[in-house]
Amino acid sequence: MATTAETFDTPVSQDYGSNSLLRLTLRRLFKQRNALIGMVILLFLVLVATFAPIIAPHSPTVDFIGVEGAEKRGDPCIYLLGCSRDKPQHIMGLDGNFRDQFSRLIFGTRVSLFIGFTTIGAAVIVGTLIGSVSGYIGGWFDNIVMRFMDVILAFPSFLLAIAIITVLGRGLQNALYAIAIVNIPVFARLVRASVLSIKEQEYVSASRALGANSFRLLFIRILPNALPPLIVQSTLSIAGAILEAAALSFLGLGAQPPTPEWGTMLGSERNQVFTAPHLVFYPGLAIMFTVLAFNLLGDGLRDALDPRLVQKGSG
Amino acid sequence: MIQYTIRRVLLAIPVLFGILIVTFTIARLIPGDPCTSALGERATAEACAAFNERMGLDEPILVQLGIYMRNILLRGDFGDSIRFSRPVSIMIIERLPVTLELGFSAMFLAIAVGIPAGIISSTRRNSAADVTTMVGANIGVSMPVYWLGLMLAYVFAILLKDTPFVLPNSGRLTAGVIAQPFYEVWGWELMKDTVQFTIAEFFANFVIFNSIITGDWEVLKDAIRHLILPAVALSTIPLSIIARITRSSMLEVLGQDYVRTARAKGLFERAVVIKHAFRNALLPVATVVGLQVGTLFAGAVLTESIFGFAGVGRSLFDAITGRDFPVIQAFTVVIALGYVVVNLIVDISYAFIDPRIQLD
Repeated sequence: MATTAETFDTPVSQDYGSNSLLRLTLRRLFKQRNALIGMVILLFLVLVATFAPIIAPHSPTVDFIGVEGAEKRGDPCIYLLGCSRDKPQHIMGLDGNFRDQFSRLIFGTRVSLFIGFTTIGAAVIVGTLIGSVSGYIGGWFDNIVMRFMDVILAFPSFLLAIAIITVLGRGLQNALYAIAIVNIPVFARLVRASVLSIKEQEYVSASRALGANSFRLLFIRILPNALPPLIVQSTLSIAGAILEAAALSFLGLGAQPPTPEWGTMLGSERNQVFTAPHLVFYPGLAIMFTVLAFNLLGDGLRDALDPRLVQKGSG
Repeated sequence: MIQYTIRRVLLAIPVLFGILIVTFTIARLIPGDPCTSALGERATAEACAAFNERMGLDEPILVQLGIYMRNILLRGDFGDSIRFSRPVSIMIIERLPVTLELGFSAMFLAIAVGIPAGIISSTRRNSAADVTTMVGANIGVSMPVYWLGLMLAYVFAILLKDTPFVLPNSGRLTAGVIAQPFYEVWGWELMKDTVQFTIAEFFANFVIFNSIITGDWEVLKDAIRHLILPAVALSTIPLSIIARITRSSMLEVLGQDYVRTARAKGLFERAVVIKHAFRNALLPVATVVGLQVGTLFAGAVLTESIFGFAGVGRSLFDAITGRDFPVIQAFTVVIALGYVVVNLIVDISYAFIDPRIQLD
């Protein structure tokens, strides 16, 4: 891998003084404002998720029923912003079940990041297997597999996810399956396209002539070189998956209360938007920031990994 | 070009059959007995047997699939809704116009704002306008549609309550405002349950279209006011994506030699940008517009349920909650077919945008 990158990048190595594709990519990534913003938000979210029990003032599921001064759907109360010191301090207020909204929001970070990484992780593994085998074998097998993928892609993915949940039943776990399934064709097609173009390259023929078997050719020689577009697409797909999972939960099909999932929080208080807008506002904002982070990072990665930009050098 | 069009249409046919097979399979996989969900938990065995026979549920599965395809393709018959005991095709005629009207308005907004924004962004690279557009577009694609919808409803219905900017947040028309169908206004004598009546009814259900052709400006104004918030909410994602793709496609084209030539021969910048650059940057934009139709349908499920629109998306969701299999099947098929047809049209339009394109 390192040697191939070296030979490909010779003209550029003068500009960057680097010889590894990874290092080159990282260097270019850090030069981009958008990607940097994305990485900073993401790092922040990972820290929040990791230290959620320390940051959150209360448990995300314990209610404050009967506590003095606690009101159902109580407004945010912050002493520094003029709220009486005697009242219980809830910086984002209480929800319809007397739970601390801020704590739920903090713990929600864990759920959303978990959803994003697991669903897309699964989709990438299955999609890569299907796409690479299909592209490598070719022929009628490839044809049948790809037509099937076309049919799945003919459905708007969110609707297909809804349909799959109808079969599997509601709940966070089934929502995860549904989102993973609808994302498989995207990766299968992407990997297949890469495999088709890479398997015609001379170094693959050379490796075959040296007696490498199909397994070695596909997984050691071809797939590592199909990685760049895969990385970009996965990052962008994580953004989509988080958005879709939240939307499913909003409709009551995904995570069920009292799970502190942002979409669920938003969905269960949607009818209160006119009386307690803070209960709708903050979860939505949290979803937006998380999705934005992955989108920015994905765009940055795409630019950093784009081979056309390598040839243009730093200009 | 004709050959390209024909071959492209033929290629879409297997996808169409695939869609029917997938929806049929999904509907049959749904757990729970259709009989007890239609007739209630205490339905007797005889009642269930009669029900299954009437619905064709006692036939072998492949025969059921065959009957299902024949009914849809040859007769436009999607079966009867289990919950409402009426033909699903009638429900489609009632509700599809609602979704189409909403979807068209959202797409119109997305194109009308997104393309100019993308062009301006690309011609004034790194200017304040460019940065604002791109920051806006990044936020736009990351925003949950339903959240934006709820927030817009809160701002325009509550915060701006006593100002001229107040907008309604629910339904298609204010209660009491009735849109008279154009065929009644024009005094057409239509028999109920005839093909003519069905077609007329379908077009009359486009409230805006109906009020324009009947000249009912009060209803038109009311309908548009009701449509603004849901259309804006639904349009954000397509708008952002269209603006971004227009910008990047334009940037690529603006760097080409023929653009420099056009500038060198002294053409007005406007002519260079619109005639020479934009026409050549159109292809990726058209592709994205086609793909975003899927986003619109998916967004319709969310937007319609927030703004109380009785459209396809809302009905699909209600059908899923109520285990109304025929309705789920039919509405999924209609949406997927719509998506395929739109993308087929986009594919065919490639040949007109860029005559070099041939199917290989």
